[in-house]
Amino acid sequence: MVAITIDGAERRVPAATTVAAALLGAGTVAFRRSATGAGRGPLCGMGTCHECRVTIDGVPHVRACLVTVADGMRVTTGASATTE
Amino acid sequence: MSANRTLDPGARSQRVDADVVVVGAGPAGIAAATRAAESGRRVLLCDENRAPGGQVWRARVGESARGVARRWRARLGRSGATVLCGTAVVDGTAAGYGGGFILTAEGPSGAIVVQAHVVILATGARERFIPFPGWTLPGVIGVGAAQALQKGGVSFAGKRVVISGSGPLLLPVAAALTAHGARVLLVAEQAAPRKVMRFAAGLWRDPARLFQAARYRIGFLTTPYRLGTWVTAARGDRRVEEVDVTDGVTARTISCDVLCAAFGLVPNTELARLLGCTMSRGSVVVNERQETNQSGVFCAGEPTGIGGVDLAILEGEIAGLCSAGRQEEARELTVRLARARVGAAAMDEAFAPRAELRDLPHADTIVCRCEDISFGAIDSRWTMRKARLYTRAGMGACQGRVCGAALEFLHGWPSDSTRIPCQPAHCSTLIADGAHDAPSADHGA
Repeated sequence: MVAITIDGAERRVPAATTVAAALLGAGTVAFRRSATGAGRGPLCGMGTCHECRVTIDGVPHVRACLVTVADGMRVTTGASATTE
Repeated sequence: MSANRTLDPGARSQRVDADVVVVGAGPAGIAAATRAAESGRRVLLCDENRAPGGQVWRARVGESARGVARRWRARLGRSGATVLCGTAVVDGTAAGYGGGFILTAEGPSGAIVVQAHVVILATGARERFIPFPGWTLPGVIGVGAAQALQKGGVSFAGKRVVISGSGPLLLPVAAALTAHGARVLLVAEQAAPRKVMRFAAGLWRDPARLFQAARYRIGFLTTPYRLGTWVTAARGDRRVEEVDVTDGVTARTISCDVLCAAFGLVPNTELARLLGCTMSRGSVVVNERQETNQSGVFCAGEPTGIGGVDLAILEGEIAGLCSAGRQEEARELTVRLARARVGAAAMDEAFAPRAELRDLPHADTIVCRCEDISFGAIDSRWTMRKARLYTRAGMGACQGRVCGAALEFLHGWPSDSTRIPCQPAHCSTLIADGAHDAPSADHGA
């Protein structure tokens, strides 16, 4: 297990899984807000659609489905914002 | 991941020289890189995923590859090819004087500029999404997406899942979800029963595949597998809660937690288009050596036409051998290509999306998910280029990878140009990409 934070909340998640898996496992429904403010989550699961993009360790627009969780990683979703 | 380094404006980009650069580490890319490296070439294999394998050979978290995938992974490891994962290629051009190519990629620690004599494109395929009311709700995902996410550690245990799509992919996905505790309520194949039956009858020539299909079907035996059936809408508050399905006569509503809805595969051809490769009906045109019209650019696997893993391996091997000048050995493999391509054509014909799916989007249904452009805002008399200019459809983060294929199906618009960078990239990567274009004294320009 590794410790990460999701929108500031600490969470222990299985090592080697994707950030997308960690977020879905934590019950995150919307990973980001669309241009008109609708909640969006992963669609393609393989890096094509960019719907799962989140901010990781301060870097915005990272595809959560392509990145492995790491100890101390800070993940911020765009779900609480009304616009990006 | 030392992600912050990618934002450091002072970060130096890494330069790599190779004889052969292979883009995409699925079956075709692994086979190509292995064969080229075994022939003594210095090979660089790039892939944006976390590990080699692509979609079909993606290993589940905590498990290692098995069977053919394991053998090829091991052979790749012994071949001497350098593998760069988590590395997305964002630009590719001919190098100009002296020939060769320059690819710019973005990896975990910044930009990588690759100079190579030969490029082998093995960029695979993505799922074809067709917009319907509610398809943007969280919980609505692709079919292959469910498998990819599950292999990445997502649990669907206890979830009620409806699968709506097309082709043989539905079977292993339904079986894998069931095996890991999902409650798959329905598997809906959009193709007409008559077409599926004719395709299945043709499989007697390929007993191994028939046996595989039967084994997958046993994996979700208690779930109905309905032919000529497709999803028409998804509804829910904040996430999918129920879906409508129809067989064209009778409609019904099913409560669920996850809807998997995608209708076949479309080739990933962005980089091929950037490099000026000739296309035909959405696929890259290649000769018997898997070489495109651009001398030195080879292409293998799904980008040359959706054909599945066996064909992808063969094409990859041929491309790898020919990139290293071993045409004679490649010729022995070419004989086997013809048979594999017949099977691919039969599959294409049987599982092509039915015309009724063009009626799925309503005027207010989002088509371009990146820019939130609705179906009604796009005039069917336009072209994809006009849709971009007038509405911004196709200009968001995915750069039309999702809505482009949808509009191609809905309005018959061929995909047009690809622009650099062909994936969103950090400024430091763009600077590295621009730097190699600048005239330098070395080139005597």
